[in-house]
Amino acid sequence: MIRIDSVTKRYPDGTVAVDRLSLEIPDRSITVLVGPSGCGKTTTLRMINRMVEPSEGTILLDGADIQQQPVNTLRRSMGYVIQNAGLFQHRTILDNIATVPRLLGWGKEKSRARARELMERVGLDGSLAKRYPYQLSGGQQQRVGVARALAADPPVLLMDEPFSAVDPVVRKGLQDELLRIQDELGKTIVFVTHDIDEAVKLGTMVAVMRTGGHLAQFAPPAELLSHPADAFVEDFLGADRGIRRLSFFPSAGLRLQTAPIVAVDATAEQIAAHDTADAPYLLVTDPNGRPLGWSEPRDLTAGQIETGRLLPYGRPFMAGTDSLRAALDCAVLSPTGWAVAVDAEGRATGVVSQQAIGEAIRGAHAERRTDDTAQKVAP
Amino acid sequence: MTELFDMPSDLQHSYLGLVALHLREALIPVLAGLLVALPVAQLCVRVRWLYPPLLWVTTVLYAIPSLAFFVVLIDYTGLSETTVMIPLAVYSLVVLVPAIVDGVRSVPQETLAAATAMGFGPLRRYVQVQLPIAAPAIIAGLRVASVSSISLVSVGMLIGNEGALGNLLNSGLSYNQPRLVWLSVVGTAVLAVLVDALLVVLRLLVTPWMPRGNRKNTRTRAVKEAAR
Repeated sequence: MIRIDSVTKRYPDGTVAVDRLSLEIPDRSITVLVGPSGCGKTTTLRMINRMVEPSEGTILLDGADIQQQPVNTLRRSMGYVIQNAGLFQHRTILDNIATVPRLLGWGKEKSRARARELMERVGLDGSLAKRYPYQLSGGQQQRVGVARALAADPPVLLMDEPFSAVDPVVRKGLQDELLRIQDELGKTIVFVTHDIDEAVKLGTMVAVMRTGGHLAQFAPPAELLSHPADAFVEDFLGADRGIRRLSFFPSAGLRLQTAPIVAVDATAEQIAAHDTADAPYLLVTDPNGRPLGWSEPRDLTAGQIETGRLLPYGRPFMAGTDSLRAALDCAVLSPTGWAVAVDAEGRATGVVSQQAIGEAIRGAHAERRTDDTAQKVAP
Repeated sequence: MTELFDMPSDLQHSYLGLVALHLREALIPVLAGLLVALPVAQLCVRVRWLYPPLLWVTTVLYAIPSLAFFVVLIDYTGLSETTVMIPLAVYSLVVLVPAIVDGVRSVPQETLAAATAMGFGPLRRYVQVQLPIAAPAIIAGLRVASVSSISLVSVGMLIGNEGALGNLLNSGLSYNQPRLVWLSVVGTAVLAVLVDALLVVLRLLVTPWMPRGNRKNTRTRAVKEAAR
């Protein structure tokens, strides 16, 4: 565990970057430091590997003061990933990744074998090994940066806005990849970002910091969204925190209806059978069960369904895996106000109305409240 | 054909001998300059305020005419090659120090931060990260310094006939032989071009990591093919 104990960083000109900060960073999880620029989050991160020395206070790594360790030994035991990757432009991808093993005195062959292993782990094609950084895209460079940080298998990974400089699509890919790698490796990750969405998505624990180096709140993301500590945190979370909080509610509890689903090759009797009073629209699927679009029952004539004239169904959600947020988004996107649930193969498994989703949300809130009360009573 | 390269006996060298002497007198000072410039430049990078006054000093040294340098140096090193090479080495500093300082400073901040964070000590970081990335700028400086040094060696003729191809030029003028003048002038120019070309090749060899502008080439090729 990394324990930051009332640490202050004051610069010679009197600026206070971090003010009596205390944090306990749990092992084998992602702790995100988030806040506006000038809140001291990067300074805090850099104090953990002593690139910045604190003016007051101590930082303990597994109970030992980091000041007592030789600085380069400490740094080699912590992976470090930064914005724009900071790759060595004069070394090949393989040699970039092998940097820390080489510094630790591993042989050339062993280091390179390890580097190849890591390229695979972060999803880089082996054919890139002999390339130079300028030949890679921003996203690929960032993956190399992550691989390089993991090369010597350090227990701690420090990440300083690693995904800020890539476009949103690539960023999402990198975030998912990080979560997958973390599932496999279980590192103690300290992650700095100014993007609250990224913090909520990645963090097991999120530390919100405010200008002047103060800690505003330290909590799991779901608690942050439901109970912001003060107006600053609430403001920082943004206007739609209610919607975003739905990301933490599973869609598994939704009551899916299968009645309003008909196949495109259905007979007149089948269409009539599906035309029930509580669903004003029918979802038409292809013969394999994949959704095609919505239609009013009276517009459907057996054998003459024109798929081009169906109403769009928006973006379906994965029943069970996706959150209530995805389900609600789907229902809002669809002009019929109904969301389509699909399985992994993309086959429609059911449909659900906005109203039913609303009920599920109210139910989930009630459940959380009971949980919260239970937690408060327990200790 | 052999007569073309016949040398007057007072030069005491064959043509190739003169060329070799010329190269030595031109390039040893550049190498010596590089050895001095490397630590000096690193000092300028670390101690920022030192750079402007140091640049000022090297520029003033560059402005001193070589002849004046020779007059002072003759008292210490006599009428020798060393007397010619010392000013040349000093002159090379005015090009090399800024080249190295700019090269080292051009290393991106995040690259340096990454190196530090991975546990590079200052010396290792300088040798393994900063210098290799500064190599193109340093070699660009070496090109200018070498070429100017090759042209300046001829002045050595003024002190005890230590000007190599410069002596040949002097002989050609005094014996009224245009052949010798041509051999001297063309020889010096060819040397300069060859050394420059070698340094370009060296840069290509040590910087496989630099973008080569392949895209532009393929585009030109495509345009040419389309024109056909």
